[in-house]
Amino acid sequence: MSAGDLFLQQVINGLTIGSVYALIALGYTMVYGIIQLINFAHGEVFMVGAYLGLAAILGFGVSHSAAGSVALLLVVLALAAGGCSFLGLMIERVAYRPLRRAPKLSVLITAIGVSFFLQNAVMLSFGPLDRYIPPILPVVRWGNGSVGVTLMQVIIFAVSVSLMVGLQLVIYATPMGRAMRATAQDPLAARLMGISVDKVIAVTFAIGSALAGVGGVLFGLYYSTINFHDGYLTGLKAFTAAVLGGIGNIPGAMVGGLVLGLLEGLSAGYFSTQWKNVVTFLILVLVLLFRPRGLLGERVAERV
Amino acid sequence: MKLKYLLPVFFLLLPFIDSNPYHMDVFTTAALYALLALGLNLIVGFVGLLHLGYAAFFAIGAYTYALLNLRLGYPFWVGLPISAVTAGIAGVLLGLPAVRVRGDYLAIVTLGFGEIVRIAVTNCERWTGGPNGLLGIAHPTIGSFNFGVDSRPYYWLLFILVEATAWVCARLRRSRIGLAWGALREDELAARCIGVDATRLKLLALGLGGAIAGLAGCVFAAKQGTVTPDSFDFILSVMILAMVILGGLGSVRGAILGAAVLSIAPELLRSFSSYRMLLFGVMMIVLMRVRPQGLLGRRHVAP
Repeated sequence: MSAGDLFLQQVINGLTIGSVYALIALGYTMVYGIIQLINFAHGEVFMVGAYLGLAAILGFGVSHSAAGSVALLLVVLALAAGGCSFLGLMIERVAYRPLRRAPKLSVLITAIGVSFFLQNAVMLSFGPLDRYIPPILPVVRWGNGSVGVTLMQVIIFAVSVSLMVGLQLVIYATPMGRAMRATAQDPLAARLMGISVDKVIAVTFAIGSALAGVGGVLFGLYYSTINFHDGYLTGLKAFTAAVLGGIGNIPGAMVGGLVLGLLEGLSAGYFSTQWKNVVTFLILVLVLLFRPRGLLGERVAERV
Repeated sequence: MKLKYLLPVFFLLLPFIDSNPYHMDVFTTAALYALLALGLNLIVGFVGLLHLGYAAFFAIGAYTYALLNLRLGYPFWVGLPISAVTAGIAGVLLGLPAVRVRGDYLAIVTLGFGEIVRIAVTNCERWTGGPNGLLGIAHPTIGSFNFGVDSRPYYWLLFILVEATAWVCARLRRSRIGLAWGALREDELAARCIGVDATRLKLLALGLGGAIAGLAGCVFAAKQGTVTPDSFDFILSVMILAMVILGGLGSVRGAILGAAVLSIAPELLRSFSSYRMLLFGVMMIVLMRVRPQGLLGRRHVAP
């Protein structure tokens, strides 16, 4: 394999997983943008999404026709997105809303409680071992022996990018999107303008969780295995992506996810897979220390 | 406050009251967590620095003693202070860059450091034995008495360490340093304006907190006789933090109570077998909804 091929292949792999990170990162950054809360249970929502996808695939069975495969993929994605957005709504209602005026750290504890609950609920229903996710799409690969792109990679990238574009449309071209932007700027003023802030927050959780659910299904299909522990590390990486792009900034989360995926892919290719995760955390620490507003975030003046 | 004197006596005599070895093991673990919670309370409760990588200092303490013992043959009582100092220095060194950022960002930076330490320990196989860890670490001895695998001597050792740490913490909080920490926690800008040296005081808290975790790590390594990197994961940092918050931020007795509740509760829930961690999660949510300031916390202490 030539040096150029290795580079190209790692770029393709990196962009694929990076687009999944970006989908999850959007949930972190949207919630943070609106209520300045780091939703530590978000990684578990992603994990639940992957398992919902698994359950749906097992329920429907794998189709052998091309049209059937595409229909199945869409149905599975829709089910996971719907299930996760309901889950997100529930989490917000049970664990965050009652504590909106409480000390910030107590919310951290309820988030951890939610994580424990979800991890164990999934472990009890699906077992503690890695679960195999059957491929629902035919294995197609374009390219030569040393560098290539698979159908799955193309689909992951396409689904992620179209969801991101869709999200931008929702935020910039619908009344709800306007209400979300207003609430992010100044919740009190938004409330005075007649915006139901509680509803906006709920919708934010629902959208963010739906994206994480889709991310979960794509992640599961890509690696064809899922474990109830996977939410933590992937959640943390997605969070790193959100911070890297500038937390609270939506295009930032997308860019951050792709950049993180690229760096991870390249470090796995050139450096060592063992130290791959250190790269993530080093980036996280360095960005926070030297450019806390991230790549695209605006400088925030400290309120006195 | 009769309770103030009765409780330590009760805890001191606990091994005689309840001689069940399984119970003693749970109580010893609770005491270990109490020590860790006291140390983290110093950082999060007194100074208001949200630290999410505290397990790293525990790991550094444990590995310091393990390496001193296995490579140089140092006994436990020499390893204990060295572990504390090493972990304390690590606290200051990792703190140097971290104190430049605040609030949630500090939480993330410390989380990152915690994970880097864990992964580094896992990957530096030459020194740390990698994922398999280190085996055959010597138990403590006093004269010809070897602590062995029985929990009771460790329980008493930890009892002394917890009592001493709690005493130091309570004294510290009322000292000039403690008051300055309180000022930093409530309003850093105002505190700086009246001449509080924020950086030095934060580093002091991180160093002391790290040293306490180092003590705990050394005792842990000596009790287990083995250390592996997966004993020091993010969940451990989170659990210690949960203990501090549950007990009430800034409350010394609260930290001990929180540690006791969160280490004993999962054991009590054992009769629910596989559902226990699920119930434990629910319990955390309910407790915070009912009492967001923690069991022994006051309303206005919030970083």
